[in-house]
Amino acid sequence: MSVSDQNSAPETTAIETPKNVALFVTCLVDLFRPSIGFASVKLLEDAGCTISVPPAQTCCGQPAYNSGDKADTRDIAMQVIKSFESYDAVVAPSGSCAAMIKVHYLELFEEGSAWHQRARKLADKTFELTSFLTDIMGRNPVTAHFDGTVTYHDSCSGLRELGVEKQPRRLLEAVDGLTLKEMKDSEVCCGFGGTFCIKYPDISNAIVEKKTKNIDDTSAGTLLAGDLGCLMNMAGKLKREGSQVDVRHVAEVLAGMTDVPPIGKSKKDKKG
Amino acid sequence: MQITSPYFKEKSSEALKDENLQKALGNVERGFIGKRAKAAANLPEFEALRDRSKEIKDHVLDHLDLYLETYEAKVQDSGGRVHWAAGAQDARNIILDICKRANAKTVTKGKSMIAEEIAINEHLERNGIEPIETDLGEYIIQLRGEAPSHIIAPAVHVNKEEVEADFRRTHRHLPPGRNLEDPTSLLSEARSVLRDKFLAADVGITGANFLVAETGTSIIVTNEGNGDLTQILPRVHIVIASIEKIVPTLEDVSQILRVLARSATGQDISVYTTFSTGPRRAEDPDGPEEYHVVLLDNGRSDMLGTEFQDMLRCIRCGACMNHCPVYHAVGGHSYGWVYPGPMGAVLTPTLIGVEMGGNLPNASTFCGRCESVCPMRIPLPKMMRHWREKEFERHATPDRMRRGLSVWAWMAKHPKLYHAGSRLAINLLGLMGRRKGAFKKLPLAGGWTEHRDLPAPEGQTFQQQWAAQHRNSKLEQAT
Repeated sequence: MSVSDQNSAPETTAIETPKNVALFVTCLVDLFRPSIGFASVKLLEDAGCTISVPPAQTCCGQPAYNSGDKADTRDIAMQVIKSFESYDAVVAPSGSCAAMIKVHYLELFEEGSAWHQRARKLADKTFELTSFLTDIMGRNPVTAHFDGTVTYHDSCSGLRELGVEKQPRRLLEAVDGLTLKEMKDSEVCCGFGGTFCIKYPDISNAIVEKKTKNIDDTSAGTLLAGDLGCLMNMAGKLKREGSQVDVRHVAEVLAGMTDVPPIGKSKKDKKG
Repeated sequence: MQITSPYFKEKSSEALKDENLQKALGNVERGFIGKRAKAAANLPEFEALRDRSKEIKDHVLDHLDLYLETYEAKVQDSGGRVHWAAGAQDARNIILDICKRANAKTVTKGKSMIAEEIAINEHLERNGIEPIETDLGEYIIQLRGEAPSHIIAPAVHVNKEEVEADFRRTHRHLPPGRNLEDPTSLLSEARSVLRDKFLAADVGITGANFLVAETGTSIIVTNEGNGDLTQILPRVHIVIASIEKIVPTLEDVSQILRVLARSATGQDISVYTTFSTGPRRAEDPDGPEEYHVVLLDNGRSDMLGTEFQDMLRCIRCGACMNHCPVYHAVGGHSYGWVYPGPMGAVLTPTLIGVEMGGNLPNASTFCGRCESVCPMRIPLPKMMRHWREKEFERHATPDRMRRGLSVWAWMAKHPKLYHAGSRLAINLLGLMGRRKGAFKKLPLAGGWTEHRDLPAPEGQTFQQQWAAQHRNSKLEQAT
């Protein structure tokens, strides 16, 4: 598919081309891999956006939400809504956190209430990064170069709640030197599941073992995905298994920011 | 049946170590998924049929009382009888009564999950009546004294060699030297053993995939033909079905049938789709003298009007478990009662109580694949989350998790403290992990590091770096 196809993207373009974009960093990126945040900023700036990072953000509330703690989730959601509602658009380098804001916040407030309306407005202008770059900005800011074969894992929330599937692949096609080799069952869960992997470590392990086998079978040198939770799970398992595969967030490759060591690797073993 | 749902975790750990089971589960993963996908892709109106099927069931559930009464009247018009069973015990008593009045010694059974739910076999046995499962999978697990591990493929956990051993152990009247190595010989043997049972049975019990209100018809969907022999040959036919199986018209049922087999096995339609309306009429060549329908509630009417109502749309196709990574890993028996997989995780706490079944809705990654293939578009992850909310409200969430969560939530609600605290912790972790890039072990992270390394943080948090950059650029602007 060529870059010009992107205008026919299925996503709505109800909002005008946004200028002032707030980055929802996500707690995992903030804590574990800021590089993904900076790669996202670069991609968004290259697409013509002005980026702000509201300092009052912590987490989208998913750990509480998926543990049944609705009251705390609601408080966190209100905090996110307050901090982000004044921007033209909100972008997260995570399908899971973007889906939390875009799909689930609405379920926290009574329909017709003021907070429900505010949640609706925020939901309408919140996007996962690759989806925002292709579906909303409608042009491809990618000018990166990457030597090697990559394989791409579809993270569940982004894929099934937001329809993020073609977007990252379209962007990756524009990366000079990169070959994408699809793995078997790329759309199957990696076994992370947030707190699931801690609550049910044995089952999570059985699931991620299938995933790493499918990754290894592609012989790709690098695994990419759009969600750091899944990436940490797969990177941690690959490393434990002694695999040499590099693991990165798709934004790092798209932004040409692959000078930092891959996830779970150090400077010393950067080159596998 | 011994309910082991509270021990899901322990059972699943055993299942993960069971090599035979793991091999069998590989067949589920390979067998069903591709077939369903192909069947769905080959039918252009498949997605529209899913929408329509959902609408039909939603409509029924909004008017369930009306349709149930219509159905009962139609069954009576055709010479049959409807028995209302509020709970499992009521249903067992009703069925035993009918069997006793028929002087039944043996009862043949078609495949029925409701029969599993009310544990009718044990009840009949205790009362001197021999129940015989006639669906091949059900027959095998009956010989083994097991519960089904899948709602449409009850013996999917059993391999060929185990079946051979079971047949040799139980079919003692057959020559020991017979060849049972290939699946066909196993099938023929089961067939010939069961043929005699069909002829001897006094009562036949089947389930129902649908009950049609406009005609009083019960419908079973099968592939082996055993259901037909079960309900036609004995003098008495008992249908055991739960109240939500109702659909208004034959037209409605024909729409849902088009998504059922495709979602279940990838067939365009099952080999047999059998419609039964009342007992044998004067002009019929065959059929039972008595036709009874036992309508079971067992907690379902309590689901109406709640966040769990959507679950009552379920048509038991099994697509959710066929596509569930957790089911693929641990199999059906780990779920500890009748219904496994995502539909079981939602339904089980409703039917046996959240105290017993509360574990199950927690054992999901919320990957959403079940919902994406559910022909009735049941929001399974959302309902599992509802159970977690109920558990949390009742303070039934494990203490350690609850405490951890409340500390985390408090921090998340105080961004300044959160950032100060996380900066300290992350900078330290970053330093500790810098050399290797990941941790093999870390205090408090045992759940993670038991099976995988924990990638080390880069060092400074994003917020920390971003704030520093902004201070610098502000300084530059100022000078």
